[in-house]
Amino acid sequence: MQIDQLYQEIILDHYKHPHGRGLREPFGGEAHHVNPTCGDEVTIRVATDDGSFSDISYDGMGCSISQASASVLHELLTGRATGEAFQVVDGFVELMGGRGQVTPDEDLLGDGVAFAGVARYPARVKCALLPWMAFKDAAARAGVGPSSQSSQSSPSVAAQEAPEVKA
Amino acid sequence: MTTIAIPQGMPQYDGVPRFDVEKVRADFPILGREVNGYPMVYLDSGNTSQKPRQVIDAMREHIERHNGNVARSVHQVGTEATEAYEGARAKVAQFISASTPDEIVFTKNATEAINVVAYAFSNAAPGSRFALKPGDEIVISEMEHHSNIVPWQLLCERTGAKLRWFSVTDAGRLDLSSLEELVNERTKIVSYALVSNVLGTINPVSAITARAREVGAFVMLDASQAVPHMPVDVTDLGVDFIAFTGHKMCGPTGIGVLWGRHELLAEMPPVLGGGSMIETVSMERSTFAPPPARFEAGTPPITEAVGLGAAVDYLTALDMRAVQWHEKELTAYALDALATVPGLRLFGPNVPVGRGGTLSFALDGVHPHDVGQILDSVGVEVRVGHHCARPICQRYGVPAMTRASFYLYTTVEEVDALVRGLEQVRKVFD
Repeated sequence: MQIDQLYQEIILDHYKHPHGRGLREPFGGEAHHVNPTCGDEVTIRVATDDGSFSDISYDGMGCSISQASASVLHELLTGRATGEAFQVVDGFVELMGGRGQVTPDEDLLGDGVAFAGVARYPARVKCALLPWMAFKDAAARAGVGPSSQSSQSSPSVAAQEAPEVKA
Repeated sequence: MTTIAIPQGMPQYDGVPRFDVEKVRADFPILGREVNGYPMVYLDSGNTSQKPRQVIDAMREHIERHNGNVARSVHQVGTEATEAYEGARAKVAQFISASTPDEIVFTKNATEAINVVAYAFSNAAPGSRFALKPGDEIVISEMEHHSNIVPWQLLCERTGAKLRWFSVTDAGRLDLSSLEELVNERTKIVSYALVSNVLGTINPVSAITARAREVGAFVMLDASQAVPHMPVDVTDLGVDFIAFTGHKMCGPTGIGVLWGRHELLAEMPPVLGGGSMIETVSMERSTFAPPPARFEAGTPPITEAVGLGAAVDYLTALDMRAVQWHEKELTAYALDALATVPGLRLFGPNVPVGRGGTLSFALDGVHPHDVGQILDSVGVEVRVGHHCARPICQRYGVPAMTRASFYLYTTVEEVDALVRGLEQVRKVFD
């Protein structure tokens, strides 16, 4: 069944047993993003220490894709040097914008490769990206941005805090 | 098709007209298609209905043979187009028992129809009975679609009036216990849904209208989910305005209707200025045409009006009482069927009385987005999200819901497909 490509075991596993969930102190920046079309919400906090993300904590509610994505983000980026972390972010954003045509780099994205199938469902790409966009905002508020070589801007994704509300 | 046995002693249902749902389905070309390899089960008619061949053909024929602009041409096709457009207005007027076609204002959709009334209040000259001032009140309900919330919020911002809300009971009915206090001497307009787009509730009219009359308030109904599904007679309703939209009643998108009592429309200031809505224009000032033209600035949606007229003909031929009965049977069946799904929580009335065929629910532990996605993978098309009605979702403490909504072409087999699909959802998320 085609739907299995979307609901990979890895995604369902992260949804049912999220890693590192819950908001923690201390943190340098926080961002809350919502997807008004479905009511998904995520809050991300980042703490930095000596050029790396020492903690990324989060909380939220929403569909399996958005919440599993937050869990995967936590696992992939916590403890990484900031520059490297933004390379992962770029890789994930590229995968999501690829309409299923991008072959994911497993070394870079780890469990994130399970989201390759999501890219074939345009209506769900926003769900997968929600925590990643919140992370970028939270990092910016903590005074950390992508380094110049990896600052390639993301495709037309829903990075806004309050995208248009569909009636 | 399974039918409900009519109990002894309920002769009022004996004479209810019926139709053959398979014959009806044959009129809707799209119902023959597949989705993801399964026959499409379209349970999203509350969002937009499908269109019968009769509507599609009428619109094609109009474009192919009668296209011209309306109300300004002396030539033959312009005259034919004007007749078709005004003919559609007359059909709609008759469909809802308006006293004259001039009470039918064509708009883009129901949202625009509500906005036309909201702007009449803010554009009104001081002293007019539409004029609003700080301290005045507008009453809506917690179960409104955003289209019947936001225009009034904006109106309150513009005028300093205060927005107040009917609350909703746990069972999904309007709470009228505070009617006397809520609708009072300060109330200028009460606007609410005749049928809820989320809960399916059919809301009462006479008690609210009677109270509004006592205090001199206008009453407007958002009838978007009512006119497609049941006989609606504006004379019976006794309200001042109703709004509804073409695309939920077998017609095309791009056309909606504002019905208003004629003497009120005649007093209302225009909203959009432009061609067709004027009486005379000079460089100093303009005067305006009487309704409905006053509210139809610019070239209107002519082909869409023709399509809506054809939709009205289609529904009239079926008989709206038959449509209503068909959906009542389906709703009774679906309420029973959904009650067998473990972990399913229904929002709204759980009996097929005073409710239409719109069923919103939550499935334990599964987000509606995931429910909708897995249902789609087996061809079942439902709406998920907040249904443009966030306050009612908050009322029930959920960010989103899954909604199945029926129409005249829906079958009990499709309800069964929904229930099977929900089992599939539970398997994936078990």
